[in-house]
Amino acid sequence: MPEPDLTPASDTNNVPVDAATPGVATAAALLDPGPEPELDSAAKRKKLLVTGAPMLVVGLGLAVFGATTPLLITIAKVLLLVAGLLLAISGLGKVAEGIRGRSVDVVFILGMAWLVFLLAVAALAPLLPLGNHNDATEGLYAPAFAEPDLGSEYPLGTNVNGLDILARTIYGARTSLIVAVFAILIGTVVGGTIGMVSGFLRGGTDWVVGILTNALLAVPPLVLLVALGTVLEPNLRNIALALSLLTIPSMVRIARANTITFAQREFVLAAQAIGATRMRLLRKELLPNVVLPIASLAVVMVSMLIVAEASLSFLGLGIKPPEPTWGNMIAEGEGGRMEEHPFIVIVPGICLFLTVFSFNLLGEKVQKRWDPRSAKL
Amino acid sequence: MTITSKNPILVVDNVRTVFHTPRGDVRAVDGVSFSLKPGETLGLVGESGSGKSVLGRTVMGLISNDARTTVTGKVTLDGVDVHGVKRKERRKLWGTRVAMVFQDPMTSLNPVKRIGTHITEALRYHLDLDRKTAEERAVDLLTQVGIPEPKRRMTQYPHEMSGGMRQRVVIAMALACDPKVLIADEPTTALDVTVQKQILDLIGSLTTERDMATVLVSHDLGAIAGRTDRVQVMYAGRTAEQGLTSEVFAAPAHPYTDALLASIPQIENAPHSILRAIEGNPPDMANPPSGCRFAPRCGYADATCTSVLPILEPTPGTGRSVACHHPLLAGAVREGSEAAHGR
Repeated sequence: MPEPDLTPASDTNNVPVDAATPGVATAAALLDPGPEPELDSAAKRKKLLVTGAPMLVVGLGLAVFGATTPLLITIAKVLLLVAGLLLAISGLGKVAEGIRGRSVDVVFILGMAWLVFLLAVAALAPLLPLGNHNDATEGLYAPAFAEPDLGSEYPLGTNVNGLDILARTIYGARTSLIVAVFAILIGTVVGGTIGMVSGFLRGGTDWVVGILTNALLAVPPLVLLVALGTVLEPNLRNIALALSLLTIPSMVRIARANTITFAQREFVLAAQAIGATRMRLLRKELLPNVVLPIASLAVVMVSMLIVAEASLSFLGLGIKPPEPTWGNMIAEGEGGRMEEHPFIVIVPGICLFLTVFSFNLLGEKVQKRWDPRSAKL
Repeated sequence: MTITSKNPILVVDNVRTVFHTPRGDVRAVDGVSFSLKPGETLGLVGESGSGKSVLGRTVMGLISNDARTTVTGKVTLDGVDVHGVKRKERRKLWGTRVAMVFQDPMTSLNPVKRIGTHITEALRYHLDLDRKTAEERAVDLLTQVGIPEPKRRMTQYPHEMSGGMRQRVVIAMALACDPKVLIADEPTTALDVTVQKQILDLIGSLTTERDMATVLVSHDLGAIAGRTDRVQVMYAGRTAEQGLTSEVFAAPAHPYTDALLASIPQIENAPHSILRAIEGNPPDMANPPSGCRFAPRCGYADATCTSVLPILEPTPGTGRSVACHHPLLAGAVREGSEAAHGR
């Protein structure tokens, strides 16, 4: 019920977006009258494969070279790595398009693959043969600041206490995801309910909710978090609760605005005219409509919460070390350690970047698909 | 006739609906009365802003006394004083004793709910039916309102259906719990002409079959003409004229009715002849003119009209009432009106 199947409508809506390249292809076919269209598209595919495959290989080669070569200065290495990866991704896009026959959103697919992979390893972490992630005593027997070496016992190296960075990154993902997901669930349910009720009842309730929401929005988020972080004991539950406070005001606003719009629609009056109670109007008529925009906002907000959680941990207000989170792993690079052993910051940093980036991609897609304006009425 | 032997199921007595707005009090409905027996259809006609939709909603109780609205007068629906009972009691009337069909079927169905759900929810809620029985009843209802392949339609969403089909669903929803009174608020305004006829015919035949009392609100005189027993012409929240549909349309007694009828394009009119319209606009209801509300636009208005408010009085010897100081008399009417409006 909360996720009505709008697939047929959305599919047709999405066609123009995906159809850009076929459109270009037909335009090219019109300009080039000679060969038959099918032959033409086959030739085009072949061309894509021929250009794409070398780009992919060269790009990957550049990236690997950039990452491993001892010959160049760091800046050049990074530039080489980034350029190589971009080249590889665009090459992969061409190859995928050549194989599938229409344009493929490679970045989105890679992002989703990353999220699925991350969720899987985070969920299965206790079952995986991972190194020591939080036992500092045990860490005394391991080398500190071991360099990353994929073949060794410590594939991504170790930190100052000899704890395995790979294991810490994966357990850190667990923390980040659990906190972000719980915070967003609390925020969505609480904020959504408050917003819907105030948008539906209007009047005094709406006035009070409006003041409270604006008051909460007026406090700078980081200041609010720092204040809460100093008062509350930093455990998963409290951090999730504190972060959910950040999401509630925007949820209230979106839910309220959408409820007001939908409450004016005639179908609400029609339901009322066949005897529905106000509770029923909220639950059965308005909720299914308001859930879509709220859910798409929630996906976008997950990435914001992951960053917020990392910031808290970085400041030392989140989960306390040696329990790993991405934020406190990055904080381990303080005091000149990062300059000597960049990998202790780079590994969690890249994970954070990829995850936030992927959630943003997902949020964008979801918003496009569930945009209430595109739903045919 | 059988009609006369029945007791009225709906009695509307001197109803006034006043909205308290920042601009002042708006008297959207200003003292309207009528009564309706089972099987009877009443047409409420008037131009936009004449208060007919507000009247429909007031009769039903969807508009009632609250912080911004005052309703006076009395509406008795199947023995219940609609505005005298508590909101909760009033709600119990909706769906089971009185139901409404709305103007625009594009917006009166929830876009994220299946057609079947729209109907079964009402059934299960009011009649406490189990899912299976409710679904069977819903399929029956869809068949009754003339929807082909009702089983398949049950699982579809509103956007998968045409306007006419959606309006049939809205009617099926309204009729789900066997209401005794049906208020159709401009049910065909949003539909194209061929579908309009089908929907009006459907409402007509359902009224007869189910022995309902139907109020048909419309600004379309053509829609009212053949399908109502009686008609009530509304102007600026007041009744201008009421009587048997056939009589009112054959010989309008109020200049407003006459002008409305004259502004319908006729097929016999010569090509490119100018269509007669009523000059001016309906009055501002927050600040209505003194005297007869129609006086500023009326060709017959004199000093009395602009100072004294005419009351609805029965015309002797007929079943009609008219609120006019100078009612048009049958026979002399036509020429008089031609002269007055034929500028």
